[in-house]
Amino acid sequence: MIDPGLIGDLYVFVLAGFLGQYVISRVSPLLHTPLMSATNAISGISLVGSLVVAGAGHGPLSTTLGFIAVTASTINVVGGFLITDRILKMFKAGR
Amino acid sequence: MQRNLLQLFYLISAVLFVLGLRGLSHPKTARRGMFLAELGMLLAIVGTLLHHEIVDYRWIVAGLVLGTAIGAPLAIWIPMTAVPQRTALSHSFGALAAALVGFSEYARHGAQLGGVRVAVIGVEVMLGSLTFTGSLMAAGKLQGLIRGYPITYRGQNVSNLALLAGMAGLTVVLALSPATGAAFYAMVGLALVFGVLLILPIGAADMPVVIALLNSYGGLTDAAMGFMLDNKIQIITGSLDGSSGFILSVLMCRAMNRPITNVLFGAFGKVQELPAGQETKKPIHQTTVEEAAEILGTARSVVFVPGYGMAVSQAQHRVRELADMLKGKGAAVRYGIHAVAGRMPGHMNVLLAEANVPYDELHDMDQINSYFSETDVVVVVGANDVVNPAAKRTPGSPIYGMPILEVEKARVVIVCKRSLNPGFAGIDNELYYGDNVLMLFGDAKDSMVKLATALKQ
Repeated sequence: MIDPGLIGDLYVFVLAGFLGQYVISRVSPLLHTPLMSATNAISGISLVGSLVVAGAGHGPLSTTLGFIAVTASTINVVGGFLITDRILKMFKAGR
Repeated sequence: MQRNLLQLFYLISAVLFVLGLRGLSHPKTARRGMFLAELGMLLAIVGTLLHHEIVDYRWIVAGLVLGTAIGAPLAIWIPMTAVPQRTALSHSFGALAAALVGFSEYARHGAQLGGVRVAVIGVEVMLGSLTFTGSLMAAGKLQGLIRGYPITYRGQNVSNLALLAGMAGLTVVLALSPATGAAFYAMVGLALVFGVLLILPIGAADMPVVIALLNSYGGLTDAAMGFMLDNKIQIITGSLDGSSGFILSVLMCRAMNRPITNVLFGAFGKVQELPAGQETKKPIHQTTVEEAAEILGTARSVVFVPGYGMAVSQAQHRVRELADMLKGKGAAVRYGIHAVAGRMPGHMNVLLAEANVPYDELHDMDQINSYFSETDVVVVVGANDVVNPAAKRTPGSPIYGMPILEVEKARVVIVCKRSLNPGFAGIDNELYYGDNVLMLFGDAKDSMVKLATALKQ
């Protein structure tokens, strides 16, 4: 009934969630703001899905929606990485 | 590009993302980590652009250019105090992209995909839509476009739950009869409304939790998009993003000693009815700049405790200048930072780092609390609820049980505050009536400058 593709995806989802718990809980509380902007930048990976919709030539509706989606995801990728770096640059150790 | 090769590209990207996030465990490794994550992103994008399904690059290029033109200035010029609203706004962009792609998938394939796949699309678009409007609302409240006060009405929780049930019901309808377009579009409409209603009752002081929660929803939306498109990199990233938001929400809730359901359904900070008879005004000790400067001038150890008031008055640079002056006089200076001080997780750390405060002077609650008893002077700059001892000793108080910075243990506490008005939570602060507490009224930035000038003499 449920195709094997979805089951495989579910494996990936659950295991990545555990990995996330492990990695994120070690992030320094000092850096919780850049953590949010970093995950925000990385989640701009939705760009890859949007690119296909915008460029596959599926008709005007798909292309328009894809174009907006590409724009919105690009804002997150570019803006997210830039502001994360801007914030991280400010954190300096004492002399 | 061949599909299998592309999947290998994605796998490398996923590894780089994880390494990037791991770099954030210390400020020293953080930037290098982010470089790896950027590399991963570049790899994924280039790989995808070479994908054989893509036949027309015009709209792609237009989107990439427009997105960069909007995203880059927003990131480069936004003041650090506005980072919370930028974060909320970016959650809404991500959610919008996901919702639109899902919408396009349903419009194009409709029922041909079968019940299970259509239900996945439904869930994806639902999460995307409610995160989109919810994050816009949060950004509006943080920016002050929408009033920060919680908006509540009778039957709010019941109507929200009914909406949620409605959306779930429509998704089931979609799974059973995937061709019912009306069910799909109605569900999208309900989700858009639900996002708005979810954020209405939430007050500004609860924003750290809400912004983290929306982060988590954004991650789930991304993962759902990965399920929909059968794209593992999006599932992995969404899952990482979702756990990150979830962990932060839990940490923030713990720092306020409130269950997350209470943040979402409790409408904290609307009207706190004080038990009658406790209204008797106790005396406070008001001080002058001169007196406060004199006390600071002889202090051997000083702890600054910043709060949202410091952000509002942009006082972080002036705080650091005062701190430098005290260090010059031989005092040990530290900063005590509560997890929910400010409007998003880590907000105060960023503002102080911006003002060139070295990060080894920034201490979280667990590190600093044991130090207060041997501290000469604590300067509270715009923090309120996070230093209210009512959290420890007044069982009836709405913040009772919340872990606080125990500043009252210091020899002297100087509170810089605009007026005696209660904070966002509307709770009277018992700290202000303490025998060792001096109130210095005025704008935070102004007071810092005046203290520094008085110290020079």
